[in-house]
Amino acid sequence: MNRLQTRRTGLELGLWVLALIWSVPFIFLIVISVKPTEELFGRALSLPSRIDLSSYAGAWAQGNMGRALLSSVIITGGSVLGLLALSSAAAYVLARRTSRASGPLLLLFVVGLIVPAQLGLIPTYSVFRHVGLVGSYTGMILLNVSLWLPLAVFLYYGFLKQLGHEYEEAAQIDGATPAQTFRHVVFPLLRPVTGTVAILAGMLIWNDFFNPLVFLSGTNKTPLPVAVYSFVGMFATRWNYVFAAVTISLVPALAFFVVAQRQLIQGFSGGVKG
Amino acid sequence: MTRQDSQPFHAAPPTAGARPAFRKTSHLPPWWWLLPALVLVLVIRYGAAIAGSWYAFTDWNGLTASAHFTGLDNLRALFADQQARLALITTIEFAVCFVVLTNLVGLVLAVLLDRHLKTRFLLRTVFFAPVVMSQLATAFIWRFLFDYSGPLNGALDLLGLPGLKRTWLADPTWSFWAVVVVLVWQFSGLAMVILLAGLQGIPQEVEEAAVIDGATAWQRFWGVTLPLLVPTLNTSVQLSVISGLAVFDQVLALTGGGPLGTTETLATQVYKQTFVYGRFGYGTALALMLAVLIAVAAVAQQLAQRRAERNV
Repeated sequence: MNRLQTRRTGLELGLWVLALIWSVPFIFLIVISVKPTEELFGRALSLPSRIDLSSYAGAWAQGNMGRALLSSVIITGGSVLGLLALSSAAAYVLARRTSRASGPLLLLFVVGLIVPAQLGLIPTYSVFRHVGLVGSYTGMILLNVSLWLPLAVFLYYGFLKQLGHEYEEAAQIDGATPAQTFRHVVFPLLRPVTGTVAILAGMLIWNDFFNPLVFLSGTNKTPLPVAVYSFVGMFATRWNYVFAAVTISLVPALAFFVVAQRQLIQGFSGGVKG
Repeated sequence: MTRQDSQPFHAAPPTAGARPAFRKTSHLPPWWWLLPALVLVLVIRYGAAIAGSWYAFTDWNGLTASAHFTGLDNLRALFADQQARLALITTIEFAVCFVVLTNLVGLVLAVLLDRHLKTRFLLRTVFFAPVVMSQLATAFIWRFLFDYSGPLNGALDLLGLPGLKRTWLADPTWSFWAVVVVLVWQFSGLAMVILLAGLQGIPQEVEEAAVIDGATAWQRFWGVTLPLLVPTLNTSVQLSVISGLAVFDQVLALTGGGPLGTTETLATQVYKQTFVYGRFGYGTALALMLAVLIAVAAVAQQLAQRRAERNV
């Protein structure tokens, strides 16, 4: 037993060393972001002589980080809300209305899971440009919603099929309309799926760089990753500024991670298993 | 499955008078609730993908609506284009390294952090943290670490190994591996979490039985844990194949595709050819190539999985 204990302690120690290595990028992120500019070109491993927060003020002002933060919130919030509303309603219809059409319709959503998004990107861009949706929040949100719809409908559908009808029937007997039944009875029961979809889609939309780069570049509506990208383009070697911008862009996700860690991990491991 | 399926009146509109039927069908949601989701999926997922496959065979410039059918010209140009060929090969190399290394590291972490260790939850948090971070933003941190006057070379100096110093991101050989390191750092935590969920699904009695039979930890892993983990491992591999083939953010942040196009992937090429150079027809041909590659990889993996299951 004692030998086993020693071995476990050794293993734990080894893993902590690895964890430290894993954290190296974050350690440098913080250290460099508070380094005074005149010390940047000294030794890379030296600690700053004083904590200089002017880089944060500079990044915030010149990188338009406040505006980018707002854009990220609007895009992610709008996309997730739209996604939840459209997918839960669609899955509810598919799960409860059984007719000859519902099978093929469900299949349509499920096959949508494997249609590669890359293939439709350029035509979508072109159509969006014709109808004025490029460079707008609406276009970005529509795109995100449609990209995530197949998975969300699939997850909601599976959950609804296992859910009994009793509550809905009880609400019906009490005189509730379908809309009331859905809002006050069914949707609250769907909470586990709603959580998974919101967390998974929300996190990936928040961090998405490619789509907003294509659809929002050159506007003042770019979300955090694109704002950081263009900011780095301007301040390439002023690493304290770059890292201040990166830190600002990571703080919301990090805060969310600390608060909702358990649900987040469950969302990621549960969502991908389908 | 449900009581509804066996009801004969499910497709009929509610009729007044037939009271039980009325009660059963009127609590059903109206069909039109499905419509917004259906339209979006049909237009943006299916319609755009079909259009994309069509434009790949035209000389479309993205500005005018007119596009002339040019047959296989784009694909021929693509295979003749040194840069596109290089991007195709690099994409596959990235994907292979990504799939193998993230799942390997993820598997080791998952097995070690499954039970027993006191601080396992804290350790899991550390390894998972990069997954939820913006890939673009974290890649810039790595660009600094890999910089010639950055910490990595600084550490090599300290260790008295200045001979190993490199211009990591500007070196045709090392820039590829630099991107791989960043990818593995970012995504091993995701593989770990998926595999942990799989490990928790393995009944403890099975492993205890193996212990009683005198199996060593190593034998237990190969003989009991790993075979039972194969379905979860498959999920994780499938997921990483898809993201491994579509690597974009890290390349754009770390190397921009250089040096000399050695880290250029199909995804970065689609972006550059289309939105930087305005070659929309050619860009869609590249996108089609990427889509076919992903589809082939997914199908091949499914087939391999089926064959493995049959052999068990």
